[in-house]
Amino acid sequence: MKQGLFTILENAPLTGRVSLLRLEGDSSGITAPGQFADVQLPGLFLRRPFSVCDWEEGSLTLLYEAVGKGTELLRTLPAGTELDLLTGLGNGFTLEDSGDAPLLIGGGTGVSPLYGLAKAFLERGLRPRVILGFRRREEMVFWERFAALGLPPTVTTEDGSFGIRGFVTAAMALPHSSVYACGPEAMLRAVAKTSDKPGQLSFDRRMGCGFGACMGCTIATTQGPKRVCKDGPVFRKEEILW
Amino acid sequence: MVNLSTTLCGIALDNPVIPASGTFGYGYEFAELYDINCLGTFSFKGTTREPRFGNPTPRIAEASAGMLNAVGLQNPGVDAVIREELPKLKAVFHKPVIANVSGFSVEEYAQVCAKLDREEQVGWLEVNISCPNVHGGGMSFGTDPAAAAEVVRAVKAVTTKPVLVKLSPNVTDIVAIARACEAAGADGLSLINTLMAMRIDLKTRRPVLANVTGGLSGPALFPLALRMVWQVSRAVKIPVVGLGGVSSAEDVLEMLLAGACAVQVGAANLRDPYACKRILDALPAALDRYGFDTIQDCIGGAHHG
Repeated sequence: MKQGLFTILENAPLTGRVSLLRLEGDSSGITAPGQFADVQLPGLFLRRPFSVCDWEEGSLTLLYEAVGKGTELLRTLPAGTELDLLTGLGNGFTLEDSGDAPLLIGGGTGVSPLYGLAKAFLERGLRPRVILGFRRREEMVFWERFAALGLPPTVTTEDGSFGIRGFVTAAMALPHSSVYACGPEAMLRAVAKTSDKPGQLSFDRRMGCGFGACMGCTIATTQGPKRVCKDGPVFRKEEILW
Repeated sequence: MVNLSTTLCGIALDNPVIPASGTFGYGYEFAELYDINCLGTFSFKGTTREPRFGNPTPRIAEASAGMLNAVGLQNPGVDAVIREELPKLKAVFHKPVIANVSGFSVEEYAQVCAKLDREEQVGWLEVNISCPNVHGGGMSFGTDPAAAAEVVRAVKAVTTKPVLVKLSPNVTDIVAIARACEAAGADGLSLINTLMAMRIDLKTRRPVLANVTGGLSGPALFPLALRMVWQVSRAVKIPVVGLGGVSSAEDVLEMLLAGACAVQVGAANLRDPYACKRILDALPAALDRYGFDTIQDCIGGAHHG
């Protein structure tokens, strides 16, 4: 974990509700794809946690959906605004035991950490398959960026307005050696049930601190109660007590 | 160099800044960031006899100048705390520590305290009779003078360590509870715990917290906490530890002037993991600015004259 001041380089809406936030600052606290950043917002007490989508030296990118007071406020902040961030939070994804055909599955803004994960797999010479699920065509984000990485995703939409109609599980017949997923909890559960291969799932919770002190974001696992912020946000699908 | 030292129930503290229970774990998350031995001491996560999962999530909600929590005393139970957490704590913190204890019966408080009494690093027992987030325990002992006194007597019978009683603000007359604890043998009081509160999600029209209610903490609470510290420290002779929304060195000075001999910092640690260190670093200059040579000059100062 590292605390630092970041400056907004870009805060651009991608769809009606989802925005991309690019920040300049010391990103050296980030050690793995799937970790998150906890952002302090002016006038709010609690920080807001967001998965890191992508990072390089001196900058990082977050993807967020305006769902409440904090994220709606965040949308109004212009480039040049300074923000206090905790970075390098959580465990992130483990790439080592993916096998040779990892399958990446993102739902909605859950596609965010899978982008950084896809890049990390490519650096290791592995070409993961990607499934992205959205409610409807207008809410699709990042599919073209995965395509630009040379990983054209299979897209599902709940209303059938683009790609395969249905949930991400409708596209999961692809052969794979492991699954990596981030999205709504119902999606994670469905993914865990549909695949018989090892899986890593990234969870979202309302958090107090984001670094393991307050026990606000506990999840029940086979190893007892775990902190989503510190022991996760990524858990192996076998350890979750649904 | 300004002298920041103070005393809590006969045990010297290098300074009056103490992270509050439930906001600092067992210290080691914070020890990754800075040397936590700079702190006066800290109060570790509330401990019960049995392991507790705590409440369902969501457990956390935002408030104006504060937050709500309904964690519900999640902890691995006293035996695991002693076996697994205290050795890890000892590796990063080398001063006497405050053991925070909760229970669902008088016997449970006494049993947990008896076990923690045998731990060398435990300097004080802080008996939490004020958790608003569990049913049938915690706060039910802290809202009735006779029940509070019963817990204090049972705990005092099993320990030679100083016993602090952590008081609830969710009462009509906190002074009556404080006096009952003092009469029953409490060595000190820490106040206040969180204020029972709730939020409703306008989109779902349901309470935000799965537990419906939770404890309000943070700066919103500070003036209320200060008033209670003022009232209680006028009414009792035992030391008072002030807490509730403390977020700055100036807040520390107000608490000391109101009569506290030391100050706990809670919610601020969750917003800023360096909060206690920043408060401590700012304390000498704040004392100097307001004309105090030592912490001792400050304690209870607002009651004089």
